[in-house]
Amino acid sequence: MKKTGKTFIIKDDVIIRDTYTIAGSKEGQGPLKGRFDMVLDDDLWEEDTWEKCELKMQKTAVENLKNKNSLINENIDLLISGDLLNQITSSSFAARELELPYIGVYGACSTMTLTMGLGALIIDGGFAENVICVTSSHFCSAERQYRLPLEMGGQRHMSAQWTVTGSAAVWLSNSGKGPKIKHVTFGKIVDLGVKDANNMGAAMAPAAYDSLSRHLQDTGIDYDLIVTGDLGKVGKSIVNKMFDEDNKSIESKYDDCGTIIFDVNKQDVHAGGSGCGCSATVFGSFLYKKLLNNEIKKLLFTSTGALHSPTATLQGESIPGIAHCLGIEV
Amino acid sequence: MKYNKNNYKKVVDEFTPKNKILKNCLMAFIFGGTICLIGEIINDSFVGWLGISDDEASPMTSVVLVGLSAVLTGLGWYDKLGKIGGAGMVVPITGFANSVVSPALEYKREGFILGTAANIFKLAGPVLLFGYFSSFIVGLLSMLFK
Amino acid sequence: MNYVMSFVIGGLICTAGQIIIDTFKKNNAYLLVLLVVTGCILGFFGVYDKLVEIGHSGATVPLLGFGNSSAKGAMEEAAGKGFMGALSGGVIRTAPGVAAALLFGYTVAVIFNPHGDK
Repeated sequence: MKKTGKTFIIKDDVIIRDTYTIAGSKEGQGPLKGRFDMVLDDDLWEEDTWEKCELKMQKTAVENLKNKNSLINENIDLLISGDLLNQITSSSFAARELELPYIGVYGACSTMTLTMGLGALIIDGGFAENVICVTSSHFCSAERQYRLPLEMGGQRHMSAQWTVTGSAAVWLSNSGKGPKIKHVTFGKIVDLGVKDANNMGAAMAPAAYDSLSRHLQDTGIDYDLIVTGDLGKVGKSIVNKMFDEDNKSIESKYDDCGTIIFDVNKQDVHAGGSGCGCSATVFGSFLYKKLLNNEIKKLLFTSTGALHSPTATLQGESIPGIAHCLGIEV
Repeated sequence: MKYNKNNYKKVVDEFTPKNKILKNCLMAFIFGGTICLIGEIINDSFVGWLGISDDEASPMTSVVLVGLSAVLTGLGWYDKLGKIGGAGMVVPITGFANSVVSPALEYKREGFILGTAANIFKLAGPVLLFGYFSSFIVGLLSMLFK
Repeated sequence: MNYVMSFVIGGLICTAGQIIIDTFKKNNAYLLVLLVVTGCILGFFGVYDKLVEIGHSGATVPLLGFGNSSAKGAMEEAAGKGFMGALSGGVIRTAPGVAAALLFGYTVAVIFNPHGDK
């Protein structure tokens, strides 16, 4: 069995060959300025609707990734993608243009590691040689689906996070050079009763802690850097506290994409970034490059998601969280 | 430590930043007060120009404020003001107009009937319903007691 | 003097609204409903008219004033026409504001385009 505890062991090579990232203008002005492959000027990108802009981001990320590496559809076995919108339409409509065998998944903001984890298993199982994983989120399309109309005069709470406008495509392969996915831990849903949709970080933190501690216990690996997807300032503090209470502090090597992509002090984003595009663009533009440059050799990358819906929240349900871990080594 | 639904709430409260109530209240006071002041100026103008009473000018003032709020929402300025002014931009009747225009504007891409028109009432619906319902009850009660 | 009182009373009512939003963390729609119903209740007891005397536009411009108008309209019509008056009075009295919101609102929504946020 290629398993230790609840963590899957990737025995053969699953290499992250390349990434392509597209970010919105607010993201492009943040701390990762200059690192994205493409930055948009506005939130429509010459399309009629925000939803069309989001699918254009996914489609373009994949096409540019293919072009950069001279890949053609003949070489690519599978496209795995997902996003935040109802019925994951950004992903399906982008896939419609891309004409590749397509698996659509919903993991909310945990989609990046969910798709990469699945891709890794499929390649290591000998079923595919090349898989492309892609995800996206768009501030406007997400806000109008989950929260209030954008033009409404109202204030955001201090714990609220800003959905990132961004997309990243990742190419996984069983050959070639690059950092390798060595371990995959799919998380279980953890819900500790947070009902406040303005405090996602607190809602997802327990799931992140559960998956991270599970992975660290199963593998016993001493990672150089542990990164969660979008817990933001609030969730990050809670995860640190939970590990501190175990006497297994990770604070010195732990960070969160939600606080990497935006400057929480200068950009008006309150607790930080969120959305599928958050961990995706931070990974593709920043963490992946650190691995390529050997700045870090062992990365534990964990996207986090909140699996609620506006309907469920109105019905009084709390917000379930999930986190999927990838152990990546150079 | 093992967390469950009972003891997790304390941790959440510990790390969730509080809203800056004092600052928000000050801003609400200033912005709200200003809108009401503008309303008073408009009201006085109508009374002056048209020679009508305060009572007659009041609905006209409402109409003007609603129109201004609609345009500001369309221009994308109302939400920027709302971020700073908070309740000062929600409580006056301009806030009601904003809650009518903003979803209508946002759902425009879904067509003019089922998109824009249907969403006019998305947030205003409850206000009108409860407003009229309450006034109906009040009317009935007044028949009994007065 | 009217101007000062409009500013002060209006500001105070909005401040109360802000405290409610920040304490109860519900979204704006709940606050709007609360305001209109409260305005109705205060109108029924005749209390709100006193506030209007002192605060002028500071009392009529907030949505409480809308509730108050509604209540007064219903009571006046009910006195004359009974049940039918109670039913329609609130609607009649507030019709200009509501019609304006719907019509101006729709027109603006057709002309302008939604903005994202930076």
